[in-house]
Amino acid sequence: MKWDKIFTIVLLGALLFVLVASIGELPPMGAPDSPSYNETTRYYVEEGTRDTGSTNLIASIITDYRAFDTLGEATVLFTGIAGVAALLGVAHHNPKEKEEEENHG
Amino acid sequence: MDDLFVRVITKMILPFIQLYGLYVIIHGHLSPGGAFSGGAIYASSLVLYTLAYGLEKGQKRLSHNTSAIFESGGILFFIFFGILGIVLGHSFLTNRQAGFSMGNLGQVLSGGLIPVVTFVLGIKVMSTVVTLFHNMLEEER
Repeated sequence: MKWDKIFTIVLLGALLFVLVASIGELPPMGAPDSPSYNETTRYYVEEGTRDTGSTNLIASIITDYRAFDTLGEATVLFTGIAGVAALLGVAHHNPKEKEEEENHG
Repeated sequence: MDDLFVRVITKMILPFIQLYGLYVIIHGHLSPGGAFSGGAIYASSLVLYTLAYGLEKGQKRLSHNTSAIFESGGILFFIFFGILGIVLGHSFLTNRQAGFSMGNLGQVLSGGLIPVVTFVLGIKVMSTVVTLFHNMLEEER
């Protein structure tokens, strides 16, 4: 029992050390030489409006360049609502059925 | 919540919230916003209606059958437009190369696939949020 806790604390401490140490390696916010400013970003900014005919660059990315990802997001929404309806939708049974079920139980 | 003031103010403010939500959805490809934020704004109006008038009347506004059609219809519509790109000889969810009408830049009817997908997704997000809220209210009763 005791060794379990010590092991967990050591593991989490090591993870914390690694994560905190990696913060120092990140490029500063808005740095021009940050790796996220690559040719993909430049292409989207320069050609996005011409490619998609939309002045909102975010919309052109999420519904044109990355439309498949948005389809996944819609699937997540669908799965979420299906799960909630399956778990919480008990109230749709009419009261008579419920009483019978309770009587049987 | 059975309060006259809340009900009257809700009735007055409801069309403006819904108009704003529809505006954000329809202008999703032109201005900040889009399907997810616009759908959430539209859903907030129906949540307000349910809070002011009770669950019974709220469910009449968006019944389970309607929301089921919106949920599955939205995603099927999306996939249909994606497959249309394949049928026209391009990859899944192609926009410009598949020959959807691009229109003039900056107008509401432009951008080919983007406004259609935004509208469908906005309706779907609205239906999801409202159905979640109704389901949880039902559970509490």
